[in-house]
Amino acid sequence: MNGIHDVGGEHGFGAVTTEANEPVFHGQWERDVFSVIGIYFAAGLCPLDEFRHSIEVMDPAEYLSTPYYVHWLRAAENLAFWNGLFTPEELQARIEEIEAHEKRESA
Amino acid sequence: MDQITRSDGYTQPPPYVALRIKAIQSLLVEKGLVAQDALDEVVDIYENRIGPKDGAAVIARAWVEPEFKARLLEDGIGTLAELGMTGFEGAHVLFVENTDQVHNVVVCTLCSCYPWAVLGLPPAWYKAPQYRSRVVLEPRKVLAEFGTTVPSEKEIRVWDSTAEIRYIVIPQRPSGTEGLSVDQLAELVNRDSMIGTRFATPYEGAAA
Repeated sequence: MNGIHDVGGEHGFGAVTTEANEPVFHGQWERDVFSVIGIYFAAGLCPLDEFRHSIEVMDPAEYLSTPYYVHWLRAAENLAFWNGLFTPEELQARIEEIEAHEKRESA
Repeated sequence: MDQITRSDGYTQPPPYVALRIKAIQSLLVEKGLVAQDALDEVVDIYENRIGPKDGAAVIARAWVEPEFKARLLEDGIGTLAELGMTGFEGAHVLFVENTDQVHNVVVCTLCSCYPWAVLGLPPAWYKAPQYRSRVVLEPRKVLAEFGTTVPSEKEIRVWDSTAEIRYIVIPQRPSGTEGLSVDQLAELVNRDSMIGTRFATPYEGAAA
């Protein structure tokens, strides 16, 4: 599938940014996303072609404007829906639950 | 204008991300699909146990044992399997050697394929569209930005990884290192030299 992820040879992305002594993860959210995909891999829910597809169906504008592990977040969601781990409705309900809890905690 | 995107891989997440991934973990644990310990274990493996030092040990051994190097070049995946470094199912690892005539550099233009079992997780720049788009178009210029000047008479070969084939560069052994042990040599094999964006670290004890 040709798509927004297929950037080889494209112009206009700008300079490569490197970081001295780069840590493996840049924040807890990256660890959390990685751990879920890691488990999917271990459980066989993530054949590489399916994993790539789960990223390549992302909204192109979001794909280009977000850090790498946001791509994996979308994969974690899509692969869960496709494999029947949970539904979009369950996820939305859980997000609202956690958000409400966090608001109460900080109030 | 230095950059037009914020997708360089290590910016802060959009506000929705932390919450969504917490919700996913919570659902998986609650449904009994995953144990919290297993989530922590996966992170620990790639944050603390597997990394570029593993690949560096392989390269240093290749520098001192010609037969081992020949085997690596001939059958990378089999040789790594003997060392317990097995990658994803079905993913082949191909070693490519830098010489006086050829400099090799590795990319994954479509996403982020990388030899995890040997080098750990890739750096953020490897996964960013800036590197992926440009290194196939103007490799000499991109390498120069890493401080890596490849002489114009030397050929540059760019290897585009796929889900089936990943590449590791065998950098040239620095001069003046004839007396060093394999462990000392491994210290000179930096991560980027196995991707090909840098050379192996020069040996400070070498005669100028």
